[in-house]
Amino acid sequence: MTVETPDVLVVGAGPAGLAAADAARRAGAQVVLLDAAADAGGQYWRHLPKERPAAHERVLHHGWDKFTALRDQEVLTDAQVWLAERHDDRPPTLHVLVGASDGNGRTPRTFAPKALVLATGAYERTLPFPGWDLPGVFTAGAAQALAKAERIAVGQRVIVAGAGPFLLPVASSLIRTGSTVKAVLEANGWSRLRKAWTARPTELPRHKAGELAGYLRDLATRRIPYRAATTIIAAHGTDRVTEVTTARLDEQWAPIPGTERREQVDAVCVSHGFVPRSELAVNAGCRTENGAVITDENGLTSVPGVYAAGEITGVGGADLALAEGVVAGLAAAGHHATAAQLRHKTVNEKFADRLEAAHGIKPGWTGWMTDDTIVCRCEEVTAGDLRAGAEATGSRGLRSLKLSTRAGLGVCQGRTCGRTVEELLHRHTGGLLDPGRTENRPLAAFVRMGELAAAEKETP
Amino acid sequence: MFVDGVPMAGLDGQTVAGVLMANGRLAWRTTRAGRPRGVFCGIGVCHDCLVTINGLPDVRACQRRAVDGDTIATETGTGAQS
Repeated sequence: MTVETPDVLVVGAGPAGLAAADAARRAGAQVVLLDAAADAGGQYWRHLPKERPAAHERVLHHGWDKFTALRDQEVLTDAQVWLAERHDDRPPTLHVLVGASDGNGRTPRTFAPKALVLATGAYERTLPFPGWDLPGVFTAGAAQALAKAERIAVGQRVIVAGAGPFLLPVASSLIRTGSTVKAVLEANGWSRLRKAWTARPTELPRHKAGELAGYLRDLATRRIPYRAATTIIAAHGTDRVTEVTTARLDEQWAPIPGTERREQVDAVCVSHGFVPRSELAVNAGCRTENGAVITDENGLTSVPGVYAAGEITGVGGADLALAEGVVAGLAAAGHHATAAQLRHKTVNEKFADRLEAAHGIKPGWTGWMTDDTIVCRCEEVTAGDLRAGAEATGSRGLRSLKLSTRAGLGVCQGRTCGRTVEELLHRHTGGLLDPGRTENRPLAAFVRMGELAAAEKETP
Repeated sequence: MFVDGVPMAGLDGQTVAGVLMANGRLAWRTTRAGRPRGVFCGIGVCHDCLVTINGLPDVRACQRRAVDGDTIATETGTGAQS
């Protein structure tokens, strides 16, 4: 088996990875940039495939010109890293399968880079609610991906709900793909939003404020209500969502009795924030805190020669990802970022803090859960099952409770429900003895047994 | 492509989930408990949208680009993995 040894290997071709690879190349390094998707851009710059070139792609995207400047790089696409093999004295060796997603005849490739930059991004955290597993209930990211990459509207009458500024571009994309957005519901009240968004006004990047104002204008011109302190507490229907119940929330996100309203919809888009996609970093031995990879100011992780950039180091949006990518890419290539580049990164870090202050999840959300609400979608484990499991076994071990309830053990490996399961069990048990285990997965990606066996045979 | 034997047209570059949704399908998998599922996360994380493609089970429909002539079989229960 050939082992490829580039100077720098960058995993993930979203904003952070593209910026890192570009910076490392400009610094003279030989770089391999790979991505699991069929195209570069990540989730942020998801776009129509090259078979369907669009003249107006720019309309759906912020920073599209930045992307077109970065996308000319060589990117190894359809490349899924499934294992990081650790070494004591150098970055891990990465085992990669290249070919159509979830295929069975993919080509194995192995990389032992001199430096590794992980830029694997984030995915959505969606809190469960009764009926959230009905078809027609989507993550906001799904609606965004289908709009950007397929030009498909997820429904005709849609409510967007959850927390965070991401709800706004999703509503805009829905409008542009032909949906009627009935309302955008933000779980946090005006007082929290105002306090966090108006604090330290000089530190709010002007283009950010402008971007958000643009989305709000989009809503205003179409008379779409943006309701604070409100959310969807249940979805109703038999084989698809046809109605939802909304309710007002208190400051802790607990639904206020008597404020429930039924609304007819044919789709719902929900997002409560983002989770760093850190399984590969954990696989490589990088230390994390609250699921985010810990780095120094140059993006270096706790593992020598391994850098991390973008959302896996803490969720802060594309501008921060680009800034972190440049710094980490330069460092991985043996160069130092300039003072201006480091300052650019700091400015954007403050934006990440602001997001958390304004929109971070509050514990009262469990007030809209019922015992028969599904928590783990794969294994169909309910909130009642989790409580009963904790009470029956008296265990305070996350691992043993997951084994006895099967929560988080399905095909998605707890990526969708992991944090929620931990949070609920933490409360039922009075404190877990082994919190934070959810990100530990022996394999960084879904691999077929046959492919594992074939890769094994090739390993000397 | 063919979905459970029925021909379905799509555009070049669309994912299997994209073709299904553009043709009005919202759900195509049934869980062990009998609940219908389709796309949820849309970015390959949740595994709700699994289908069998050309005999190969458990392919994420939202991640796989459709190819002319693909035969798609919808899955029930634990899919073909059991």
